[in-house]
Amino acid sequence: MSFIRYTLRYWQLYIMLLPVIAYFFVFKYMPLYGVTIAFKEFNMFKGIAESAWVGFDVFREIFSMQGFYIALRNTFLLNGLDFIFGFPAPIILAVCLNELKFPAFRKISQTLLYLPHFISWVIIGGIMYQVFATNYGIINLLLNKIGIGSIPFLAEAGYWLTTYTSVGIWQGVGWGSIIYLAAMTGINKELYDAADVDGASRVRRIWHITIPGIRSTIIVLMILKLGDMLDIGFDRPYIIGNVMVRDVSDVLSTFIYRVGLQSGQFSIATAVGLFQAVVGLVFILAANYIAKKTTDESII
Amino acid sequence: MGRKQKTTFFDVINVVFIACCVLACLAPFLHIASISLSSGGAITAGRVTLFPIEMNFDAYISVIKDKAMIRALGFTVLLTVSFTLFAMFMTTLAAYPLSNDKLKGRKLTMFFILFTMFFSGGLIPEYMLIKSLGLLDTMSVLILPGLISPFFMIIMITFFRSTIPDSLHEAAEIDGCTHFGKLFRIVLPLSLPVLATLALFYAVGRWNGFRDALFYVTDQNLYPMQLKLYQMVMNNLITEVTASEGSGMDKVVSESLKAASIMFATVPILIVYPWLQRYFVSGLTLGSVKG
Repeated sequence: MSFIRYTLRYWQLYIMLLPVIAYFFVFKYMPLYGVTIAFKEFNMFKGIAESAWVGFDVFREIFSMQGFYIALRNTFLLNGLDFIFGFPAPIILAVCLNELKFPAFRKISQTLLYLPHFISWVIIGGIMYQVFATNYGIINLLLNKIGIGSIPFLAEAGYWLTTYTSVGIWQGVGWGSIIYLAAMTGINKELYDAADVDGASRVRRIWHITIPGIRSTIIVLMILKLGDMLDIGFDRPYIIGNVMVRDVSDVLSTFIYRVGLQSGQFSIATAVGLFQAVVGLVFILAANYIAKKTTDESII
Repeated sequence: MGRKQKTTFFDVINVVFIACCVLACLAPFLHIASISLSSGGAITAGRVTLFPIEMNFDAYISVIKDKAMIRALGFTVLLTVSFTLFAMFMTTLAAYPLSNDKLKGRKLTMFFILFTMFFSGGLIPEYMLIKSLGLLDTMSVLILPGLISPFFMIIMITFFRSTIPDSLHEAAEIDGCTHFGKLFRIVLPLSLPVLATLALFYAVGRWNGFRDALFYVTDQNLYPMQLKLYQMVMNNLITEVTASEGSGMDKVVSESLKAASIMFATVPILIVYPWLQRYFVSGLTLGSVKG
């Protein structure tokens, strides 16, 4: 097709893309210019361009900050806990839902299990404090009543980590199970019938048909999760965290907010952000490479 | 499905297990709803669990009388509606051309967009951009930065490709239909499930969002519901925890008032959710399984 004929036929599509490209350029690519202040001593009055270059001095500074190491460690710690406990949970739930015999009950259960995913972390935080607070939370009131005594779910590092992880599972388990349930619908039904004829027990059927049937989904999601180890959302740690457990609740995203927007140390916060973005990108690319090698399916 | 087997011990355990999970999902909401409807005395005595005790609507009446709260609610509704409309418009503008294999430069544009999913400037450079664009403390800052989610765009592209047959495109072209005409008269009407799903996701995301407001907005009049709620529910608690620093807050917000405010922010989601949830499972799995 000649250039002119092609243009006559497709120009409308390019017109449609124009605002989209402009949007991404302005809101996603322009900030990349601001990243240069990670290598500058940023002076608010001089602006980005006029501030003096300082090479890697800002990075030297963040690597000598104790708060940075704590935030980095906590990011791995919280994501690691989510991985160990939060990753298998939707798989188990999906297997159980898949074995559920009563369609109406199954439908209602699924609908209700997805619900917490649609609730904001602010609201979850508000509910959580009503439920777990040491002095007036319903769980501690009940624990006191049966004579166990109060447990500082939100105010002591060890218990806080448990609370953080379990609230995360509570919020995400139903939603997370969708993808596995979808994968299970792709399993050949005849396999189950054959297993029935052979007199296989339910557990054996799960182990030898269902799990292998969703194995590639599990592997891909697992690798992706590992690639996201340095990426942590802001809302959940910020809202569930509090000053009493700062030592374990301060993660890179909340650290950047505190150092940058609250204390105005723009260069330092930008350098931490850049560190997180670059190392995170390496993690993701590595994860994608491994996924490609192991499952013949690329994600990116 | 459809497999015929007699109900076994396994099934009983399974039903009990799922029922427990469902209860665990519901119980916190029931608890909060009961708190919002109970008397202060019953709450502090720890008598409220899953049902209201000494039921009254005082907390709801105070929320309705609180002008700032109603304002925030109205503002958030306006914000959510306008954000969702703009976001759906922009996402469609991106997805429709990019679903066409014959478009030259498609791969490059995809890369240009998808790259932003994996690498971004970070909070401070974004803040500086917003500041230099003069968007701090405006309603636009709560709308513009999140208009296209690359992930949702991929879902839409996949949906366009998998549900609208090429023959339909060809037939429309033979009839002299333009791309704009095809988009509005053929593609969009056939894509209602994915449109409903993505609109729900955008709307819920905006309704639930508080981070951008925390970063970019200092004007109380532009606080969305969630930030207002955060201040009310959490700051209160933080001052309780660190009571020594505080110079005595003007008033401690009562538990039932907090709970009633939480209900106010949650109920709209509970109302739209059942209507749209039948769409999102099919819409989402179609889009993401083969992404």
